[in-house]
Amino acid sequence: MILSIKNLKKYYATQKAVDDISFDIERGCIFGLLGPNGAGKSTLLRMITGIFYPDSGEILFNGQKFDSEKHIEEMGYMPEERGLYKKMKIGEQAVYLAQLRGLSKAEATSRSKDWFRRLDMVSWWDKKVEDLSKGMSQKLQFVTTVIHNPMLLILDEPFSGLDPVNANILKDEIFRLAQEGTTVIFSTHRMEQVEEICDKIVLVNQGQKILDGSVKQIKQDFKENIFTITLDKSDVVLPSSIQLLKQEGNRIVFHLNPEQNSNDVLKHFIQMGNTVLAFEEMLPSLNDIFIRLVQDTSAARAFQEVK
Amino acid sequence: MNKIFIIIKREYLTRVKKRSFIILTLLIPFLFIGFAALMGSIASSKSEKKNIAVVDDSHMFEGKLKNNENVSYTIIRGNVDSLKHNINNDDYNALLYIPAFDPNQKDINFNLYYNEQVGIITEKTIGDNLNSILTDERMSKAGISNEQLEFLQSESIHISSIKDGKESSNASSIAIGTGCGFLLYMFMLFYGMSVMRSVMEEKTNRIAEIIVSSVRPFQLMMGKIIGVALVGLTQVLIWIILFGVFALIGLPMLTGGMHTAMDPQAMQQASENTNMHALESLLHGPNWIAIALWFLFYFLGGYFLYAALFASVGSLVNEDPQESSQYTLPITLPIILGFVIMSKAISDPNSPLAIFGSLFPLTSPIVMMARIPFGDVPAWQLITSAVLLVLGFILTTWMAGKIYRTGILMYGKKITLKEVGKWLVRK
Repeated sequence: MILSIKNLKKYYATQKAVDDISFDIERGCIFGLLGPNGAGKSTLLRMITGIFYPDSGEILFNGQKFDSEKHIEEMGYMPEERGLYKKMKIGEQAVYLAQLRGLSKAEATSRSKDWFRRLDMVSWWDKKVEDLSKGMSQKLQFVTTVIHNPMLLILDEPFSGLDPVNANILKDEIFRLAQEGTTVIFSTHRMEQVEEICDKIVLVNQGQKILDGSVKQIKQDFKENIFTITLDKSDVVLPSSIQLLKQEGNRIVFHLNPEQNSNDVLKHFIQMGNTVLAFEEMLPSLNDIFIRLVQDTSAARAFQEVK
Repeated sequence: MNKIFIIIKREYLTRVKKRSFIILTLLIPFLFIGFAALMGSIASSKSEKKNIAVVDDSHMFEGKLKNNENVSYTIIRGNVDSLKHNINNDDYNALLYIPAFDPNQKDINFNLYYNEQVGIITEKTIGDNLNSILTDERMSKAGISNEQLEFLQSESIHISSIKDGKESSNASSIAIGTGCGFLLYMFMLFYGMSVMRSVMEEKTNRIAEIIVSSVRPFQLMMGKIIGVALVGLTQVLIWIILFGVFALIGLPMLTGGMHTAMDPQAMQQASENTNMHALESLLHGPNWIAIALWFLFYFLGGYFLYAALFASVGSLVNEDPQESSQYTLPITLPIILGFVIMSKAISDPNSPLAIFGSLFPLTSPIVMMARIPFGDVPAWQLITSAVLLVLGFILTTWMAGKIYRTGILMYGKKITLKEVGKWLVRK
């Protein structure tokens, strides 16, 4: 385990930002931290990065009790609200932030240059940040986050403001880093990105963990036994065991009771002389699961009192 | 420790490299001199000369009223009642009517008729002129000649203040004290504000969160404060060098130019006496090394004390610049108070108010610095003041660190003083 979080709590004056959350993250995995706006994600991440002290609970980094002095150089944190010195030159800025993360000046310079080359940013070196577009400064921000080769990379909404091309470049870099053994915590409320990128996720809402597991397993857990079958003809007799949900021409969406075997449905259609073109179980998207779990508990959050 | 050095370096270099820093550093001495000259010329500027028409029915003042720099008199004849309605239509500003009167009377009142206020100085001048003529009149009636009168009225005694057997010049102490106090006042306000703006910028830019994820907030704050302090020291150093160059090259050229322009024999003597004497008393009178060292101490102490406070204010502000002025007021007030006490301390360096002001850490840098050039601050006061200042800046830095740590990451909502109090108490 690179990171273990045990019963972490952080209460503000007006709300319980993080209320007793525990989870573990394995080395080398891409871990999604999900939740609606204001769920407590950023507070949680700030505690993990040592910016905030938890009110109670424990953080273990690499098996040891987390100590920001000792472990901070093993982490790279890209907060949701990006920040850079507007008047500073881009190259200087990358080197400065790398030095603050513990690199020597020479090392910081050479690594900055490598990254600039890799992400096609070399021509920016002497420009000022205020001249960059939002997407460009996003890339710079990413470079400054990973430049010291952290063991644990924490990205809060890394793709916001990026066009699809640059988002893909960034995604590839994240995959590459994960393959090289970097653990990535990926915080977002954009579910389609999570399905694509993450191995495991934790879903938090109102400061509490409401879901934890691998993406595959969670989808299995939340499946509703809905199947879709596509036949060569649209005019068919349905078996009695299914509940029809939707029929669009030759595509039929239906619900099947879990105790019944899906093979029986196939047999029925084959015996009726139909050709099965496609048969598939429809697993819910994380988005659906997310909405289903979070929906009922939305706006009251901001005014919830601490008891 | 290494990281704080990196921060100091950045804070220092970005400021010193700015064109505005170089321009301001070179310009401020001239602005200072220009400002002093302007103040001097305003203070010594003369009011407009007033023309006063005099109707003298007593005939005592005719021919004796002399025109001077404030007032010129014109004796006219005629009826006062009709004349007083024509003021300003003719060439005078006011009409003084002197009726026939008994010079031995104790209280005598004359009327001055005007349409537009002539001002208190004119009134006083007229009164003085009339009184001195009346006094002369009374004296000569009493049988005292003019020569006797002059002798009687001459100011024969002058006061020289002596300290430790050395003649000290109060004037130069006042000048140095005011200069030092004013410089410290400017520095604390100017650089304190600079620290605050820089903290606000980091907060609103959101870069603070990135930086505090790799260094401790306290390191970031101290790095900034120390970096800006070094900028201030650099500025002072540049001024000292400029002053030194001026003293070594400019001054001899100036006085040298004067010598050749004037009659070498007669004038050399005179200029050496006045110029060199003044310069000598300025150079050898006060203890320059002690003043410089104390200046450095109070500069750093006062700056650190206030910079920490300004930094914590900067961390409380949310984007809205109006908020910052609301929070800075409690900090700028003691600085201004210090300046006010200083102007009192200059005229009376050992008054209780001056002593209090020079011990109380929020005002001591400015007030004590104004007292030190007089050379008679007791050792216990110096030590107490220094110790209190050091304790003061440790306390404010500690407080500021706590406020800053939380404030720098608080966005959106306005922070109340009650919450700030909580942050201070919390571990």
